[in-house]
Amino acid sequence: MTSTELTRRTAAELAGVVASGEASAVEVTQAHLDRIAAVDAGVHAFLHLDTEGALASAAAVDAARSAGESLGPLAGVPLALKDVLTMKGIPTTCGSRILQGWRPAYDATVTARLKAAGVVILGKTNMDEFAMGSSTEHSAYGPTHNPWDLDRIPGGSGGGSAAALAAFEAPLAIGTDTGGSIRQPAAVTGTVGVKPTYGGVSRYGLVALASSLDQAGPCARTVLDAALLHAVIAGHDPLDSTSIDAPVPDVVSAALHADVRGMRVGVVRELTGEGYQAGVQQRFDEAVALLTELGADVVEVSCPHFPYALAAYYLILPSEASSNLAKFDGMRFGLRSGDDGQHSVEEVMGLTRAEGFGDEVIRRIMLGTYALSAGYYDAYYGSAQKVRTLITRDFAAAFEQVDVLVSPTAPTTAFKLGEKLDDPLAMYLNDIATIPANLAGTPGMSLPVGLAPEDGLPVGLQIMAPVMADDRLYRVGAALETALLSRWGTPILEGAPVL
Amino acid sequence: MPSITPAEVAHLARLARLDLSTDHLGRLAGELDVILASVAKVSEVAAADIPPTSHPLPLTNVFRADVVHACLTRDEALAAAPSVEAGRFRVPRILDEEA
Repeated sequence: MTSTELTRRTAAELAGVVASGEASAVEVTQAHLDRIAAVDAGVHAFLHLDTEGALASAAAVDAARSAGESLGPLAGVPLALKDVLTMKGIPTTCGSRILQGWRPAYDATVTARLKAAGVVILGKTNMDEFAMGSSTEHSAYGPTHNPWDLDRIPGGSGGGSAAALAAFEAPLAIGTDTGGSIRQPAAVTGTVGVKPTYGGVSRYGLVALASSLDQAGPCARTVLDAALLHAVIAGHDPLDSTSIDAPVPDVVSAALHADVRGMRVGVVRELTGEGYQAGVQQRFDEAVALLTELGADVVEVSCPHFPYALAAYYLILPSEASSNLAKFDGMRFGLRSGDDGQHSVEEVMGLTRAEGFGDEVIRRIMLGTYALSAGYYDAYYGSAQKVRTLITRDFAAAFEQVDVLVSPTAPTTAFKLGEKLDDPLAMYLNDIATIPANLAGTPGMSLPVGLAPEDGLPVGLQIMAPVMADDRLYRVGAALETALLSRWGTPILEGAPVL
Repeated sequence: MPSITPAEVAHLARLARLDLSTDHLGRLAGELDVILASVAKVSEVAAADIPPTSHPLPLTNVFRADVVHACLTRDEALAAAPSVEAGRFRVPRILDEEA
């Protein structure tokens, strides 16, 4: 099998290739490292490669196989890890200058579970600084480019992880989703991304942006691959006190039994129409019609408070972020500026933070500090928390009528680099359809449903399910994926330009 | 809607320990005004009888068994520090900072 053939395989196929001995895990890993060496100068999906560690992990999988040990379902499969999760001894920057050169002393639980499963971690992927953004342009280390058109954004904040998949640099990636940072990049790169139920995947070792919203999850090129990865990383973790102590929904079985007959699917009225690009709306409508053809019972559902979700989010997120990012003060780790004997500790903190944080991070810290300040707390943060209740109630009412909700994942296809960089509000609108799930803690998936006729770029459809019913995402996603694949003939990424 | 003055922005920056230039503070005043005018719409539906939600999970206290676990050694904890002295984090002077 050639190196190119190996990089085009799904994760499930690669695990089979390694288990059968058709190719070794070292060969599979080397093929992906070669691919990265060939294309990443143009894509810039990775901030750091762990070539030596990846080849050593792969060799350990090969040795285990030779010794007759049973291999896990993703053993020997390469993966790209978002640079917001710690990996012992490997640089973790969160896309920020303030953490440049920081090497964590411990593994995140997600990282530890990947290692235990024999998944080969290739390196750390680019992201908007501290996961604040929808384009990966807010990375202190330069933007990631969308493999479909290198002049366009790959989404954000997890643009590096999504671009690595779309550029065939890795078959699997880990993202984190606070307001859409897994799902929106998946949508604009033609890949699959899942935000699990809040508490479904441990946040231990995930550098916090907004603790009540952050959730790590799987990114892949197929629904089954995402399910296999979900099963590896999910489950209760005593190191995260907000981790749910309950069995993980059987997402792999759901992905393998793609059948939506009799399922009730709700189209969210408030997340369609005005503000959505014509080609996005068209492909979404076609996918909804396809669900009806497949036997689902499709109805329109109203979630009247969803139009307030974006406003609530941009108060809750900055409030939590301004508190979480207070720890970056230049005292115990990371950058320290102005420590020349002339400045006090408070001045050094101010100099360090002003130098180490980028514009968007500073903007949100200031916004959060304002929203939490005496005199404004009730009007802003307090009201936003009430809207959060209303959004949660909207979901609860909707899920009394239907099993899953659907909407376009993002209002537009990938826009040009630089296009929205100077207009924060326009940038924030990219997350308008993904934010409600973060506020309510419900799971969501984005999967590709075609290319917009007007620009030939990928369109994502979002599926949302009730808390701890993540399996429904995979059941509906796999059914749609199978039907679309038979319609298209080849996977959507085969239509992307050759890099 | 309150309009944020550069003086207010400077006060916020001090609270947030951000030593920003006057230009940057001026730019932020304009940007925060626009963003706050937009997010203020939360008050349209935030009626008095609606309870706030701070977290998606209905958790109160989460306890674990009081068992000793391994933790980082002193050297590991200090390894990433910007400045270390005598096995401790070395920090700039903390007295007379209001002088």
